[in-house]
Amino acid sequence: MKDIAALEGISRAVRFRLIEMSHRAGTAHLAGALSCVDLLVALYWTRLRADPSAPTDPARDRLVFSKGHAVSALYTVLAMRGYFPESKLDHYNEEGAGLPEQPAPGGVPGVEWATGSLGHGLGVGVGMALAGRIQRQSFRTFAVLSDGECQEGSVWEAAMLAPRLGLGDLTVMVDFNKWQATGRSTEIMQMEPLGAKWEACGWSACEIDGHDLAAIVQALHEEVSPGQPRAIVAHTVKGKGVSFIEDDNNWHYRSPSADEVAKARQELGVA
Amino acid sequence: MRNAFADEILKLARLDERVVVLSGDIGNRLFDTFKAEFPDRFYNCGVAEANMISMAAGLASCGLRPVCYTITPFVTTRCLEQIKVDVCYHRMPVLIVGTGSGLSYASLGSTHHSFEDIAIMRVLPEMSVLAPADANELRSCLRAALASNAPAYIRIGKKGEPVLFAEPPPFEIGRWRLAAAGERVCILACGTSLPAALEAAENLPDIRPQVMCCASVKPLDREFLGTAKFDLFVTVEEHSLIGGFGSAVAEFLADAGLATRLIRAGIPDHFLHDCGEQDHARVLCGLDASSLARRITESLGS
Repeated sequence: MKDIAALEGISRAVRFRLIEMSHRAGTAHLAGALSCVDLLVALYWTRLRADPSAPTDPARDRLVFSKGHAVSALYTVLAMRGYFPESKLDHYNEEGAGLPEQPAPGGVPGVEWATGSLGHGLGVGVGMALAGRIQRQSFRTFAVLSDGECQEGSVWEAAMLAPRLGLGDLTVMVDFNKWQATGRSTEIMQMEPLGAKWEACGWSACEIDGHDLAAIVQALHEEVSPGQPRAIVAHTVKGKGVSFIEDDNNWHYRSPSADEVAKARQELGVA
Repeated sequence: MRNAFADEILKLARLDERVVVLSGDIGNRLFDTFKAEFPDRFYNCGVAEANMISMAAGLASCGLRPVCYTITPFVTTRCLEQIKVDVCYHRMPVLIVGTGSGLSYASLGSTHHSFEDIAIMRVLPEMSVLAPADANELRSCLRAALASNAPAYIRIGKKGEPVLFAEPPPFEIGRWRLAAAGERVCILACGTSLPAALEAAENLPDIRPQVMCCASVKPLDREFLGTAKFDLFVTVEEHSLIGGFGSAVAEFLADAGLATRLIRAGIPDHFLHDCGEQDHARVLCGLDASSLARRITESLGS
């Protein structure tokens, strides 16, 4: 396992890349991408058994990135892990470049599923995890969801089924940044207590600081009861890492100016 | 038809270890043999159809061949977006089977009727839409759909439909079969409308209409439609007149610049509030043999 300081450095580099990409492409959803960076870094650098040079290996661990609007974070992590050249990120959201603003099927290697319509990823992950069991494979399946996404009823359809199927190789991570497109997720719907909801559905749930890499890594590696799916509710800050973006929901849609990119570079301490 | 489905899917599961059945809490006792033989290849997904479809797509992405089965409205319109995104957009070989289609559940009211499923399923890219006429053609459709390695939707009846074919007939996606030879008038019968179409043709010995068995709704049999020489086509379906099989035929004729006259028998653009059995509902909608024969006669006389 990488040491935590090294992971933190990777997270900072990913964040700066995201800010540059949003600036260059003029794309929205920067803040929701920044909030899940640490979750993805912990997954891709410490947990997923997946070989970037064999992205369709049937035995690979699978990650369904269900909050497709934040896919720039996944693209960046995949590129830095070696799934495709990092230079491709410079062409994010350009016509014909293969890195659309929301993921498409058959796009870049490592993107398991075309998400973007919320509430689909966990059900797909349940299917993958069940397939692994039917086929006597030992891969694990992970699904990363947004908190706003947990307002979709289909999430809870999947949540209530997975424990009955005994899918111990399934882990859901909720990026609980407390915002959705137009307001506080916790005010729009009764989100809390979110961890207890998963527990009530039969999951082994924990709540962690979603920016504490040591805590994320530990939660991802903890042994839980066999046959029980795992839910990690990660308390995060939307726009994490840059003071003027953090917890300001205008950044759900805004993209940064050149000046703001320079300020962010300074704050993140990226060369 | 549903007993034939359960029996045929069991046979197919014996031949292909990738077949997995997902049920939306339906088919009490229907799958007992399947469950006993393949306990790890049958899952009751509960009253949660959206998840059932996403899950099927996930299973298919790992190389399995899921078959989703429940009552038609709940396995089509209820979970439409999951079908569009997870199944069709990813071109996953998921087979969706809707039971009690059209007017099969006439007595249960509009919540259980499906007059819009063909329209909605056929608009989805990658999706094939099949409507077998009887239990044996259903078996043929299941085999063809599984072999197609792509998304497919099969709309079937419930039980007690007349058996028209002594054994599973030769069936190809995109091909129709001759059910009764004739001339001038050609009745294109979709799914379980075939018996009424055949009876209507028998009732018109002077006209002697041809009857085609059109289980492949999408794709249509373009070759047949493009080359057949008739004065009049008559489409028959237990589906809304908007967007269904008749609409698909009309689209084809218009696009091909063909001037063949077309009359369409189907369900008018309103909910069916009158309760009653399927045959009663068919009469209300003009889908019984007498109504069809009358319309054809009137059409030729005008």
